[in-house]
Amino acid sequence: MTVSAELELQSFVLLRLGERRFAVSANQIAELVAPSRVFRFPHRTSRLEGVILRRGRIVPVCDVSEMLVGKRLSSRRFYLIAVRNYGPQREWIAIPVTGECELINAEMMAAAESDVPHVGGWLSHDGDVIEVLNLDALTPGQEHPRAQAAAPHTAEARP
Amino acid sequence: MRLAAPVKPTPAKTEQIILFRVSGQLFAVSSASVQEVRSTDSMSGSETEISVPGLRKVRHVVRRGDRSLFIVNGAMHFGLHATEGGLLFVLRKTRTALLIDGIDKMATMTRLQALPLSFCHEERQWYRGLTALDQSVIPVVKPEGFLSPEELALLDAALLEADNTAAAAHEETESPQ
Repeated sequence: MTVSAELELQSFVLLRLGERRFAVSANQIAELVAPSRVFRFPHRTSRLEGVILRRGRIVPVCDVSEMLVGKRLSSRRFYLIAVRNYGPQREWIAIPVTGECELINAEMMAAAESDVPHVGGWLSHDGDVIEVLNLDALTPGQEHPRAQAAAPHTAEARP
Repeated sequence: MRLAAPVKPTPAKTEQIILFRVSGQLFAVSSASVQEVRSTDSMSGSETEISVPGLRKVRHVVRRGDRSLFIVNGAMHFGLHATEGGLLFVLRKTRTALLIDGIDKMATMTRLQALPLSFCHEERQWYRGLTALDQSVIPVVKPEGFLSPEELALLDAALLEADNTAAAAHEETESPQ
């Protein structure tokens, strides 16, 4: 392998949703945790199930399975906690997955214009062609949140 | 040798909150935002009906001098199963009286966390944020979030129309035959 080829390799975490595997850039992954209690409250944002408490932080849970594999997950083994960008702000988001995750190094091919917005690119691994997910397009959120007047003891949920 | 004065730990800023239920769901509101707690029975007689198409969460208004308080059904506001509601929170610095099922308890909130940015619809108007209490997460409501300026304008217009109709009817009965 040449030095130039080595430099193009990036780290990805492979996640499993049912029978399919998807990839997320390893830079965006905070941790993989066992499912915990989901706290639900009324809201109007689709795909958000509620929130979990993780290390004192409140993390929204977003089920992306319907969008990616066409059906909701009947079981979940872990929550993949990833970083999601909202313009200049970054927050954690928990994505339910159905199996073990795997860290790999691979070369990503850029997404084509015809690809759906949540496809950030493609990679080839173990004979499979795998979508690299663009979490900013896949999960809900305002891209440029307005600065909110915060109460004096309010803390923003930031990773 | 003089020792540096010990640094006093600054006490965490806290806020008293009222935990209440609407259709079984737990919410919190700052106790400083609640001007009065009234039972619905104590309001009966002083309330009049109001109807604005597309605004089903407000069915009654209470007149207090030249001020009108709109009774917002909490269950309908949050899209929960409708319940009768037994208590009203008259919310300070608003024109809202919130119809709830009941009060759960009072508590002290030590930290209010901003609503995660993934929540990007009406809920951003509904909640000040979320708080973790007794290993649970509770949304803290925004008192001014129950009625938007547009909704208040619609309600005021409906109120004015009702007043004009009542005045015209009164004039008709008072006028000599």
